[in-house]
Amino acid sequence: MSLLRIRNLSVDFATAGGAFRAVDKVDVDVAEGELMAIVGESGSGKSVSMLAAMGLLPWTATVTADEMSFDGTDLRRISGRQRRKLIGKEMSMIFQEPMSSLNPCFTVGFQIKEALRQHLDMDRKERHRRAVELLEMVGLPAPEKRLASFPHQLSGGMNQRVMIAMAIACKPRLLIADEPTTALDVTIQAQILDLLTDLQKETGMGLILITHDMGVVAETAERVCVHYAGQKVEDQKVEDLFTTPHHPYSAALLAALPERATERRLPTIPGVVPGQFDRPQGCLFSPRCKYANETCHKVEPPVQPDDLGRARCHYPLYSPLEKPAEEAHA
Amino acid sequence: MLRYILGRLLTFIPTFIGVTIVSFGFIRVLPGDPIIVMAGERGMDQERYNELMNQYGFNDPLLVQFWDYLTGVLQGDLGQSFVTKRPVWDEFFALFPATLELSICAIILAVMLGIPAGVIAAVNRGKFFDRALMSTALVGYSMPIFWWALLMIIVFSGTLGWTPVSGRIDLLYYFDNTTGFMLIDSLLSGQDGAFLSAVRHLILPSIVLATIPLAVIARQTRSAMLEVLSEDYIRTARAKGLRPIRINGLHALRNAMIPVITVIGLSVGTLLAGAILTETIFSWPGIGKWMVDSIYRRDYPVVQGGLLLIAVMVMVVNLTVDLLYGLINPKIRKR
Ligand SMILES: Nc1ncnc2c1ncn2[C@@H]1O[C@H](COP(=O)(O)OP(=O)(O)OP(=O)(O)O)[C@@H](O)[C@H]1O
Ligand SMILES: [Mg+2]
Repeated sequence: MSLLRIRNLSVDFATAGGAFRAVDKVDVDVAEGELMAIVGESGSGKSVSMLAAMGLLPWTATVTADEMSFDGTDLRRISGRQRRKLIGKEMSMIFQEPMSSLNPCFTVGFQIKEALRQHLDMDRKERHRRAVELLEMVGLPAPEKRLASFPHQLSGGMNQRVMIAMAIACKPRLLIADEPTTALDVTIQAQILDLLTDLQKETGMGLILITHDMGVVAETAERVCVHYAGQKVEDQKVEDLFTTPHHPYSAALLAALPERATERRLPTIPGVVPGQFDRPQGCLFSPRCKYANETCHKVEPPVQPDDLGRARCHYPLYSPLEKPAEEAHA
Repeated sequence: MLRYILGRLLTFIPTFIGVTIVSFGFIRVLPGDPIIVMAGERGMDQERYNELMNQYGFNDPLLVQFWDYLTGVLQGDLGQSFVTKRPVWDEFFALFPATLELSICAIILAVMLGIPAGVIAAVNRGKFFDRALMSTALVGYSMPIFWWALLMIIVFSGTLGWTPVSGRIDLLYYFDNTTGFMLIDSLLSGQDGAFLSAVRHLILPSIVLATIPLAVIARQTRSAMLEVLSEDYIRTARAKGLRPIRINGLHALRNAMIPVITVIGLSVGTLLAGAILTETIFSWPGIGKWMVDSIYRRDYPVVQGGLLLIAVMVMVVNLTVDLLYGLINPKIRKR
């Protein structure tokens, strides 16, 4: 039973240059206690798809989906009031930019306690105790003192810990962490990731970890979705993806990992993610794909079955039926 | 903090000197001779005229006159009114409460209406309410005050007969001038209906005086809110499941207030300028009307001293606003 279940999610933005499809027919399934990662280059719609699930997109966005439900509650038809009961409590999100995601005018303590006050029936003392406890959980030294700090008095890493404390304050069943470490320096990155995975094990919540770092995926996640240009191009168990990637884009991402490089120079994927005005026909990855043929350039690829990683590809790699792509790869 | 205030007070010195020069020069640039005005219709002979010119020091070189004025000011002596012979200082403080009362009512009105209007417009941006409100604000901003005041008088005092045309209270009532604030004094007097009468006299001048600051505050609040509403921390607030009223009214407005406070401070200057016109039209016995009357009478010491005191007032208000600014914006406070 999935906690979050999304079918055919598309998000269009009304922009000055016309409508722009940032998320294109994406499916998401996360079960309670599962750690799922979403990887993809910048601009591949990772954040937007999750913001859509939370209902936090700006008014310029149009969201369509065949299904979008949290624990059986239809998120598409939910009223504002019902949604406010859900987000911040049952499902919560940590944002990409810790520095700008906290309100500069209020103390850290105020902002954490506010989440508690909104959803839990606690008195002032209990809220304070819980806030201290949360800051201890996320590993902030001198929590009592920190509660009185303003965000600008803390470092980026500390702010990110505060954001995490705020997001887990009401013990959510699903936590979406949107690149929780990209704004931080390398030593802090590992700490924050450990913190998140530990919390997930401890509380048994579902965790969606958005990242563009395959290395992070290998270390933490159980299942991984690869996003490309707004589409989900592959969805597999992590071990399977690392041994048998079915989509050429996933394969290229893996080949770009430093520890996998066979030559001295890292292989890179030529070209860039298509934007609003250079969306190709057929397969969106075809202009950058070394296996692409006529069909790929003309015809939109189907979604392959589960055992082929739901790859959005005409000629998935490591396919038991057909060999050409795999041979070419080898 | 104390150092900051002291630093700011130091910057007052050049401004202060500038203002003394301007206020001293302004009245002397105007054509007309104070002694002749003083003599009135009766006129006076040449001998008496010369005597008075000497007595008031108008025959001295300008620099000497300015020096006398400046040394007086530095000792807290602003001179005496030619007309009433009372010290400028005393007159100012006798009349100032009337202006203060009117200005406070006007600024309260402007803030209480302007900020919610700006917030509501920003939250409903592009919709009917936003457009209607902002075009009204533009009209209010560009309205000539005297015309607007006359229009209000004609409609509300004339046609409808709801409000009195001038003064601070009905002549019926008489009581001691305890605080100088009519609203308070009328309450203290305990006389039936006095307070109501004072309120009714305040309504129209307050509305007229509030019009421009109201428009400015509403527009500034709207644009500051629009900027803040697209910030990441607003999304965080929404992600907590907070109610829109809390998000807009607390998380967004608190940040939007930072530029709005500045504008409110600046409109105090506009308010005093507006008070001059408003008080004249409504015969409101405050310093605005006092200044205008004194200019007509070429009452040099009053004009000089009055301008100086008004300027100092504006400077003090601006300093207060800066301090308030630090109180609202924690990033500044700790430095
Ligand atoms: N409010 C918006 N209006 C218009 N376009 C938007 C808006 N928000 C996002 N987009 C566009 O949607 C696309 C996907 O953005 P998204 O933030 O989901 O990317 P991402 O995968 O999270 O990338 P990153 O790794 O840089 O965070 C981008 O091309 C972006 O420009
Ligand atoms: Mg993102």
